[in-house]
Amino acid sequence: MEITMEYYLVISTIMFFAGIYGFITRRNLLAVLISIELILNSVDINFVAFNRFLYPDQMEGFFFTLFAIGISACETAVAIAIIINIYRNIRNIQVKNLNKLKD
Amino acid sequence: MEYTILILLLPMLTFVGLGLFGMKLRPNTASYIGSLSLAITTLLAYTTAGFYFTMPRIDGIFARQLPVHFEWLHFTETLHIDLGILLDPISVMMLVVITTVSLMVHIYSLGYMKGERGFQRYYAFLSLFTFSMLGLVVAPNIFQMYIFWELVGVSSYLLIGFYYTKPAAIAASKKAFIVTRFADLGFLLGILLLSYFTQTFDFEALTSGNSAIFAGAAGVTFLGGSVISWALVLIFIGGAGKSAMFPLHIWLPDAMEGPTPVSALIHAATMVVAGVYLVARLFPVYVSAAPDVLIGIGYVGAFTSLYAAVVACVQTDIKRVLAFSTISQIGFMMVALGVSGMGGHQGLGYMASMFHLFTHAMFKALLFLCAGAIIHTIGSNEMSHMGGLRKYMPYTHITFLIACLAISGIPPFSGFFSKDEILTAAFEFHPNFGILMSFIAGLTAFYMFRLYYNIFWGTPATHEHTPHEAPKSMTIPLMILAGITVLAGFIPFGHFVSSDGLVYNIHLNWGVATASIVIALIAIGVAAFFYKSRCDIPDRLMHMYPQFHKAAYHRFYIDEFYLFITKRIIFNCVSRPIAWFDRHIIDGALNGMAYVSQRISYAIRGFQSGQIQQYAFVFLLGTLLIVLLVVLI
Repeated sequence: MEITMEYYLVISTIMFFAGIYGFITRRNLLAVLISIELILNSVDINFVAFNRFLYPDQMEGFFFTLFAIGISACETAVAIAIIINIYRNIRNIQVKNLNKLKD
Repeated sequence: MEYTILILLLPMLTFVGLGLFGMKLRPNTASYIGSLSLAITTLLAYTTAGFYFTMPRIDGIFARQLPVHFEWLHFTETLHIDLGILLDPISVMMLVVITTVSLMVHIYSLGYMKGERGFQRYYAFLSLFTFSMLGLVVAPNIFQMYIFWELVGVSSYLLIGFYYTKPAAIAASKKAFIVTRFADLGFLLGILLLSYFTQTFDFEALTSGNSAIFAGAAGVTFLGGSVISWALVLIFIGGAGKSAMFPLHIWLPDAMEGPTPVSALIHAATMVVAGVYLVARLFPVYVSAAPDVLIGIGYVGAFTSLYAAVVACVQTDIKRVLAFSTISQIGFMMVALGVSGMGGHQGLGYMASMFHLFTHAMFKALLFLCAGAIIHTIGSNEMSHMGGLRKYMPYTHITFLIACLAISGIPPFSGFFSKDEILTAAFEFHPNFGILMSFIAGLTAFYMFRLYYNIFWGTPATHEHTPHEAPKSMTIPLMILAGITVLAGFIPFGHFVSSDGLVYNIHLNWGVATASIVIALIAIGVAAFFYKSRCDIPDRLMHMYPQFHKAAYHRFYIDEFYLFITKRIIFNCVSRPIAWFDRHIIDGALNGMAYVSQRISYAIRGFQSGQIQQYAFVFLLGTLLIVLLVVLI
């Protein structure tokens, strides 16, 4: 069986919506963060797939993906730092408890 | 004579310096700086006067000089506001008067205000006042005069309210400011009317006698008077406010809440004669364009003079007696201007008015400074707390007596000469008018000697500590002013100041002079009989006419009348409906808008929950909706 571009797109779409679903429904900040990673990675898969199948003689998609991975790693580091600080302050990382700034 | 600009700049710089850095200086240093700067100013003013009056006359008159003159605000070719210094006989005379009295007050205050809180502030304000007053008298155009006119109003306000912790002083300063502001509104309207029809602010152009300048106003009338007459009436209202003419006099007696040297400088010698000076400045215009208005000014002056003299006879606060006496004497000056004509013997009243302004400034400042020395040692303004002071305060006693004789018109003191000229002018205008003014002069002598005997003779009141003579810094100005009061009558005043600028030789009208001396002596005799030693006639008189005494003591209820008008009529019938409209209609509309937006915000505020997941959900739904729309269409 030959693996075509559609397979990749289907898996990335499933990942994307799974990420969005998780982002909207999860109540734990870490779970929300993991959902965001899912979204980013689904987009990375799209980039790689489009590059591989549509423009096989070019490398932009691969490089862009590499950048995106690097940046998402940084973002995750920052986000986890924030989450740890929140935990230190309120001993909790439930989203519904993060309403201090609202008052 | 460009150095005359320094006469204005020095007091101004002193004010700025003391105002900004006074609190960093020691109080005494600040006062010495203020007095020294004023002494230099005085010297400059004397030099100016010396040069000006020794210049050769041109066509028999002292020419006008404009040593400093520049355009300040340029609007159009014809409408521009200039600043400058105008020297002519009356402005030079005023320079001398103001700097002399101001210097005396500066020196006197070294002793009188010693140790007061805000000593530096006091000297800063004195400099501001001197600067404004000097700027007013040298103004070459009516607009500059108006600017400085307001400045003297402000400095008067600041100095009346100098003891700002005393509620009475605050009320008095506000009263003075508001009443004179109302009058100044008339002044401003008058300036606008006059300059609109004559196309100029310049005094020289207005008073040149060139009738072409009023051509623009020809045929424009309002309520039966020509527009120039109305303008001049409005300008006089401004002058009446500053000069405390009836019925705008109510602020002056209250202004006595200020420190006594301030009363001597501002509310006796200089600022209150600004109205007289204004009329004198525009005198040729009054004579040529509106002689009726001028006569009206004479009547206002005569009535004010009579009213104030009657009130002065029954007041018990010595500063108030002096305040009403000031009002009365300014009334004399207004009368002299009102009955005067132009040129030669016709212009006698003008000369008399300026002469009286000059002598009055000296002896009234002297009276106030003496009163200050007395208040300083007694600690009260009430006559009943004094009595028998002549033994304790010999210098004050003698100088006060000299001033009393001068104001009563006893020769050879200065007041006699100037007042006699005014009486002569009044008699020549109409005999009844002259008799009225002579009667007022008699009243003047009576109330001044009532004051004198009550303070220095009579039964000594019991004092907590023995009264003592004032320090040297206070008695020396008294003696200088007393010297001027004795000698000033012999100045050939008509040589320097007269209505048309030509030499006018004063010759006493001995008929009038003898009559006025006799009247004054009788009045003094009555006062001596009543008050020199205990005598029950005044009390019996008081009980014979209780209504009249009470009315006069309450100044004929003019203040109450004003309060009635403002509180009962204006506040109740005008201000309250306006306030209601403001609170309910204007505020109500705004409150309604605020209420409606508040309700709407309550209704929709759930949208902004701060929950990022909710936002993301809404965002996702929106995106899907758009995608769906794109796909379907």
